[in-house]
Amino acid sequence: MNSVHDMGGMHGMGPIKYEKNEPVFHARWEGRVLALTSAMGPWRLPGSSRFEQEQIPAAEYLRMSYYERWFTVLVERMVKGGLVTRQEIKSGKRAGGSPKAVPRLTAAQVRATPASAGRTDRPVVTPLFRVGQAVRARNMHPPGHTRLPRYTRGRLGTIDRDHGVSRPPDTSAQGLGAKPQHIYSVRFAARELWGEQAAPRDAVYVDLWDDYLEPA
Amino acid sequence: MKATRRGFLTAAGAAAAAQDHVHAQGHDHDHQAVPSDLTLRVKSLESLLVEKGLVDRAALDALVDRYEHAVGPRNGARVVARAWVDAGYKKRLLASAAAAMEELGFASQTGENLVAIENGPKVHNLVVCTLCSCYPWAVLGLPPVWYKSAPYRSRAVIDPRGVLREFGLELPEDAEVRVWDSTAELRYLVLPERPPGAEKLSEEALAALVTRDAMIGVAKVTLPQAGGRP
Amino acid sequence: MNGVHDMGGMHGMGAIHYEKNEPVFHARWESRVFALFRLTRAWNKWNVDVSRRQIESIPAAQYLRMSYYERWFTALGELLVASGLITRAELVKGKRARGSPKATPPITAAQVASMPSAAALARREAPVAPRFQAGQQVRARNLHPVDHTRLPRYARGKLGAIHRDHGVWAFPDAIAHFLSDKPQHVYSVRFAARELWGETASPRDAVYLDLWDDYLEPA
Repeated sequence: MNSVHDMGGMHGMGPIKYEKNEPVFHARWEGRVLALTSAMGPWRLPGSSRFEQEQIPAAEYLRMSYYERWFTVLVERMVKGGLVTRQEIKSGKRAGGSPKAVPRLTAAQVRATPASAGRTDRPVVTPLFRVGQAVRARNMHPPGHTRLPRYTRGRLGTIDRDHGVSRPPDTSAQGLGAKPQHIYSVRFAARELWGEQAAPRDAVYVDLWDDYLEPA
Repeated sequence: MKATRRGFLTAAGAAAAAQDHVHAQGHDHDHQAVPSDLTLRVKSLESLLVEKGLVDRAALDALVDRYEHAVGPRNGARVVARAWVDAGYKKRLLASAAAAMEELGFASQTGENLVAIENGPKVHNLVVCTLCSCYPWAVLGLPPVWYKSAPYRSRAVIDPRGVLREFGLELPEDAEVRVWDSTAELRYLVLPERPPGAEKLSEEALAALVTRDAMIGVAKVTLPQAGGRP
Repeated sequence: MNGVHDMGGMHGMGAIHYEKNEPVFHARWESRVFALFRLTRAWNKWNVDVSRRQIESIPAAQYLRMSYYERWFTALGELLVASGLITRAELVKGKRARGSPKATPPITAAQVASMPSAAALARREAPVAPRFQAGQQVRARNLHPVDHTRLPRYARGKLGAIHRDHGVWAFPDAIAHFLSDKPQHVYSVRFAARELWGETASPRDAVYLDLWDDYLEPA
C-alpha cells in the first residue's frame, strides 16, 4: 500500500530529534499499550497490526506518536475480532451480559518466553535467485500490505545473501494464507536509487522475497 | 456533515473501500475542521496589508467577485459548444487554444497556456494536478475541493478507471484513458464528446449541457431526457 | 522535494468527497485569502514556484490536515515576511509598525481583470534549441532534488515518449530559489500506465506529464 508509512527517501520530515538518556516509555500509558498488545497476541486478532497502521489516515498517522498508533490499531483489531465493542471502549466498562473470558497470557509465561518469535517451520522451497545475481525489484503497487518499499521499485540490485525461507505478509495480512519462499538481502547502489547526486560507493540493502523480484 | 455525497461513496469500488479506514470518515473534509481563529487571522492580515498600502481593498473585492461570478465553467462550455458545431473551429482549437479563445471574444492571452484535448469513442481524457491544484481557471474558474484534495490527486494517475467508476463512468475495455498531470504551466481543457441525440440543438442549448465535470474528464455530457446527470 | 505534496500514486488518502453545487468559496475568509495571495504577487517579490515551494515546506502532518486555503494562508504569511513586505511582529499583531511607510497598491480594482496569469509570467522568448523531438523515446531522470521540483516521484526513471513540444519556459527548480531562469523546452511526455504502475495496470492507458528538458535524458 502506497501510504505515508512508506517514507524511505522522503524529504521535509524535519530534523532527527535525539533525546539523551531517553526512557523506555515516556508515559505510563505507553508501557501499558505495549503490554496490552502482547497480552492480546494469543487471542489471534484479525488482520495484521502493520497493515492496520498503514491504513490510519495519513494526517493522523503523521500526527500520532508511535504508541498512539499501536493503541489505535489494537482497538481496531479487537473490535474487528469481536472481543470488545466500540461502546465498551468508549465507556471503559464490560457490557452487561457479555461473557467473561480467561486471559491467555499469564505472568509466568511472560517471564519464561523470549520476545515473540515468528513461525519456526521452514518448508523446503527452491530459491528463484542465487547470490551475486542481478535482479530488479518489481514495479508493483499493491493496494494491500507489502514490504516492498516504493523507493526500490523498478530498481536494479544484486542478491547479496539468501536468508532462507519465510512467508511474505502481502497475502497473510489479509488472512489469505502465505506462500513460503526465499527472502534475500538485496544490495542497491545509492546512485541507482537516488541518482547521480548520491555517493558513488554507498548502498542500501533491503530484504526482499522472491515474489518482489525479477531477473535483471 | 455539510458536504452531500453522490451515491458513489457507498457504491465505491472494493479497492477504494479497502483503503478507507473505519475512522477515516470526516478526516478528509478539507473545508470543515477550520481552526477557530483562522477567520480572525485572515481579517487581521487583510487589514494589515490594506493599512500598509500593499493591497487595495476594492481590488480584493473585485477579484473575489470575478471568480465568484464572472469566470467559471460557462466559459469552457461556450468553447466546447462552438467546437461541436463548427469543425473548422475545433481544428483551430486543438491546434492553438489561445487563438481559438480570442475568436470567441475572450480577452487576448486568456487561453495563453491552454491546451484542448479531445475525447472520442476510443480515447478518454482526465485532468489532474498531483503536485498541487493546477487547473484551467480561464475556462473553468476555480477548482472544486475534490480536485484539489489528496484522494483525487493521489488516485487519478494510478487508478483512473476506478476514479471514473466512482463518478459513474464505466469505460469499455478497449478504450484508452489518458491522464494529464498538470506539472508545468500548461492547462488542460477536455473537449467532451457531443452526446448522441443532440443534433438538433442550438449552440446555446448545447453549451448549457456542458458541465465542469465533463471538461475535467470525470463525466460525459448527456441529454437530460436520457436520464443523465445535469 | 520528496514531500507529502507529491502524492501521485499514493493509496489510503480516503474517498473522493464530491459536493454538488459546490460554492466557489466555502467561507468568506477563503475568498479573502485567495484575493490577498493574488494581489500581493503583483509586488514581484516572489514567483509562482517560490510560493509553491513555500506551501510544500509546510510540515507533512499539517499539510495533510490543513484545508487548501489554510495552506495558502500559511504560506502567504511566510512569503510576506520573507520578502520584507511586512515584519513578523506586524503579522502577529495585525498592525502596521510605527513609522513604517505606507505604500501604493500596484493593482486597483479596474486592473484586476487584466492581471497576467502565472503562465504568462513563466513563458520565455529565449531562442533555446529543444533537445528532443516529438515521438522520441526519453527517460525521466532519477532525480531527488531536496527542494522544489515539478518532476513527480512516480515518473522518475520511467520510459516515455515525447508527445508535443510546448516551447520555452523558465525552469521551476531554479526560479523557486530566485536563481536565473534557465529557460528551456517543456514537453508533454506520454508514459504508458504499465510502465508506471506495473503489470496490473491497464495495457492501453497512459499518463501525460509536462516535463522540462532538464528532467529528461535520451532513452
